[in-house]
Amino acid sequence: MSKEFGRGATILKSGNSCEFYTGDWKVQYPDHLKDKCKNCMMCVPYCPEDCIKQKDGILDKIDLDYCKGCGICANVCPFNAIEMKHKDE
Amino acid sequence: MAYNLKEMVNKKSRLASGHRMCAGCGAPLIVRNSLRALKDEDHAVISCATGCLEVSTCIYPYTSWKDCSFLHTAFECASACASGASKTYEKLKRENKLPQDKDTKFIAFGGDGGTYDIGLQSLSGAMERRTDMTYICYDNGAYMNTGTQRSSSTPHFADTTTSPAGKVIPGKVQPRKDLAEIMIAHNIPYVAQTALIGNMKDLYEKAEKAIYTEGPTCVVALSPCPRGWGYPTEDLQKISKLAVDTCFWPLYEVENGKYHITYKPAKKLPVEEFLRPQKRFKHMFKEGNEWMIEQFQKEVDKKWEYLLMMEEITNK
Repeated sequence: MSKEFGRGATILKSGNSCEFYTGDWKVQYPDHLKDKCKNCMMCVPYCPEDCIKQKDGILDKIDLDYCKGCGICANVCPFNAIEMKHKDE
Repeated sequence: MAYNLKEMVNKKSRLASGHRMCAGCGAPLIVRNSLRALKDEDHAVISCATGCLEVSTCIYPYTSWKDCSFLHTAFECASACASGASKTYEKLKRENKLPQDKDTKFIAFGGDGGTYDIGLQSLSGAMERRTDMTYICYDNGAYMNTGTQRSSSTPHFADTTTSPAGKVIPGKVQPRKDLAEIMIAHNIPYVAQTALIGNMKDLYEKAEKAIYTEGPTCVVALSPCPRGWGYPTEDLQKISKLAVDTCFWPLYEVENGKYHITYKPAKKLPVEEFLRPQKRFKHMFKEGNEWMIEQFQKEVDKKWEYLLMMEEITNK
């Protein structure tokens, strides 16, 4: 029997939905303007997809593989350091 | 410990990317940030009532739940399952069959359909049996998963597919049910009402208090739904702020019967400000429908005055 699934075909891996990329849903994408960003971290808890990654208090990157382009991050940013752009740009 | 946003985002996320909630949904924010209130070393058992959250976080063969045990259960069973698991855990721990130094917390999530309507009996039962668990309801005010049917949490006059506003009825005919008050009537140690505002301090602190208070606790969180409410996805924070500032959704907690309003708006806005951006209330701004706004305002004021009064009386 394959080890990918348990008895009764239960899912064995935790959090394996990150193998499913939802990034192709979006029509607009967030562009992080590093020079304006003050690393206040406001956008991090507001991302429904958890795709704004930070490391040691510095905003690292926005993972566009999962971003659905909702634009919440651009709206909560107090410094306008995230700009929404159309995906064809 | 005082709340610090930078420390909070360093805690581990227990809801992974790749779930299929709509863009701009409030529910994953409520789930992720309230689970961040758990200590990183603690384990969690989550049970979930059917709803947007359940059907889009575990689409076979994927699951978005990370570092926690997830119980996939029926619509009305979220609290019954969490309650049973919690009691079993207590028994096994008492019999020394589980490590004594590790802690497991039991949390149930439900939408407003699975909490206000279908799951109310099991929730009430679990609260009455004094199970050590936390129930977190993300309230988006209708059955959004199946196409915006009215639920008992839908606000008065809201336009939904089963209460369509038109010549015959003015949207939903009845005012909404108040779950927090029902929970308070169970005399449980902690009940709170929260929303996604500011830097998530309110949600985080209330979730932390609820999870680490012994006994049954309940948190009701307002979860804006761009599809059902009819507002642009990016305005999530704005719309929750308006709900709080107009006192449509007051933020308060009740600890052992003592009311405490955690946020009092400096200037209470008229309720129109909250209604206007949403398509589900569009008909209320048509000519001849002013009475709806007036009545809505009256209901909001009544609730707010009741809360102010209760805060004064219970803290004497």
